Amino acid sequence: MALLEVKELGISFGGLRAVDDFHMTIEQGQLYGLIGPNGAGKTTVFNLLTGVYKPTDGYILLDGENITGKKTIEINQHGIARTFQNIRLFDELTVLDNVKVGLHNHYSYSTLTGILRLPKYYKIEKEMDARAMELLKVFDLDQEADYKASNLPYGKQRKLEIARALATEPKLLLLDEPAAGMNPHETQELMKTIRFVRDEFHMTILLIEHDMKLVSGICEELTVLNFGQILTEGETSTVLNDPKVITAYLGE
Amino acid sequence: MRQMNIKALNKTTKSNIVTYGIVILAYLIMEILMRAGVVSSLLQGLLVPLCTYVILAVSLNLTVGISGELSLGHAGFMCVGAFSSAFFSKCMQEVIPVSGIRFFLAILIGAAFAALFGVVVGIPVLRLRGDYLAIVTLAFGEIIKNVVNVIFLGKDSRGFHISMKDAFSMGLEPEGEVIINGPQGITGTPNDSNFLVGIILILITLFIVINLVNSRTGRAIMAIRDNRIAAESVGIHITKYKLLAFTISASLAGVAGVLYAHNLSTLAAQSKNFGYNMSIMILVFVVLGGIGNIRGSIIAAVVLTLLPELLRSLNDYRMLMYAIVLIATMIFTSSPGGQAFRERYSLKRLIGQRKETKEAE
Ligand SMILES: Nc1ncnc2c1ncn2[C@@H]1O[C@H](COP(=O)(O)OP(=O)(O)OP(=O)(O)O)[C@@H](O)[C@H]1O
Ligand SMILES: [Mg+2]
Repeated sequence: MALLEVKELGISFGGLRAVDDFHMTIEQGQLYGLIGPNGAGKTTVFNLLTGVYKPTDGYILLDGENITGKKTIEINQHGIARTFQNIRLFDELTVLDNVKVGLHNHYSYSTLTGILRLPKYYKIEKEMDARAMELLKVFDLDQEADYKASNLPYGKQRKLEIARALATEPKLLLLDEPAAGMNPHETQELMKTIRFVRDEFHMTILLIEHDMKLVSGICEELTVLNFGQILTEGETSTVLNDPKVITAYLGE
Repeated sequence: MRQMNIKALNKTTKSNIVTYGIVILAYLIMEILMRAGVVSSLLQGLLVPLCTYVILAVSLNLTVGISGELSLGHAGFMCVGAFSSAFFSKCMQEVIPVSGIRFFLAILIGAAFAALFGVVVGIPVLRLRGDYLAIVTLAFGEIIKNVVNVIFLGKDSRGFHISMKDAFSMGLEPEGEVIINGPQGITGTPNDSNFLVGIILILITLFIVINLVNSRTGRAIMAIRDNRIAAESVGIHITKYKLLAFTISASLAGVAGVLYAHNLSTLAAQSKNFGYNMSIMILVFVVLGGIGNIRGSIIAAVVLTLLPELLRSLNDYRMLMYAIVLIATMIFTSSPGGQAFRERYSLKRLIGQRKETKEAE
């Protein structure tokens, strides 16, 4: 059974059919790419998958479970975590605390325990610190643990978003243009990290990206979206050499 | 790596200890000055209200600074705490003669009632955002104040009687007692508040707010403030945490009301103590102290309460001076220029620089 199965997914904004008859099957452990020109509807697909928008048609199965139309929080608890195209960090919190917010539902003590500083508070906080530092280390952010998140350079902010998403222990990780704003060197590093996350965490990853080097370097399969509809899909090298795709990107 | 972590923890712990320390020190200094007899009776009379304002400012900072919601009805929750507890104390004056126990229960009752109103107001209101929330909370505060003004509540051998019209309509027996007398409010509440109690309540408020902020719950609340969509995406329950912050904040305002009520022989809901003037004054404390800055709230509340009194000799220029101080503080704490100035010339940095040069040597 596939980890993610999407069929006939669609949404309209007023008269605009932003995504139409979208389908996608992702197997456990796959590194899957979603590409397409600006305004094609890629981010909208992410918003549909994570419950930010309710689809007007179609359904979404995660691990065989129907999650169509569920709320964002529920979908996260079912196992989908994401990053955002325009970075959305908790700006005033520290880097460490950003990740600890991601751990929120996996380490628990009551509000009263927190206020009264019962022994459980110290025990759980210590565990959370340790786990969060582990995740930060993967992204080479452990040195900046007590920086304010908004004080991180752009590239590191993108990485912190991934660390925070991973902290929620998802089955499926959605990355929306993770390399945007990075220089070629940073992108190279990011590719390594993404592969590492897939291998070490046995993660399934769906990513949106405009950087074709990154896409051809790490994605195994692709779906190409154009004007809200699937243009083509399949193995990365085949898709990228498809004249249809080249035309879509270059324009007629 | 771990070391750095501990250092970060120590930094917040240290800063919190300083905050508690300032409050305790202020108490000791005032106590000594009073013993020495150099504190005017006017200033002595201000001490309990001052504690009330500090609690209000710290608790409002939980809503405005930590949770990021603009509330203009904080005095309404104070009003609920004041009247519910004063009513309790007045009824129980004979039943529980020990003032300590009675006052302790009064605090719990004031806090509980204010919390209850916090939930009732919060559930519909927290769905609104920004300006709407401010408008609705403002209206709530005014409604509470006005409702309290038309309540007549009395007690006689047959039990409690209530009326919304006037004292006669309750139909009390001749020996019955009017407890809440409409616009005249409650008279004869036992005088259980004092400066020490006020300081203890400030410390408890600080303990609750500071520990809350530095906990799992506090992180969730601040995450929602910083980015609601991102918070949802990592599974944080928005309404739950917003309501929690709002309710705790309301309940602490209720405690401030209890302190306030038990310091007065007559408690009446007027616009100057429970109206929007008060709500806005508390908000001014929070904004001037620095939004989200707990220690700043305390200092702003103290300075801005004492200032008009200290400037009394200046008479005509008093309000002018007050306004100038307000504007200057605002520029200093909030404008980018002021912040840059503070960073450049902060004590911490000057000390830090000296350390750095030492290390370099
Ligand atoms: N909430 C919304 N309301 C109305 N229109 C929307 C909304 N969200 C997206 N759209 C429209 O849907 C279309 C697809 O947008 P989307 O953000 O999904 O594109 P994208 O493929 O992610 O583009 P890019 O590569 O620039 O990020 C655009 O025309 C956009 O204007
Ligand atoms: Mg997009």
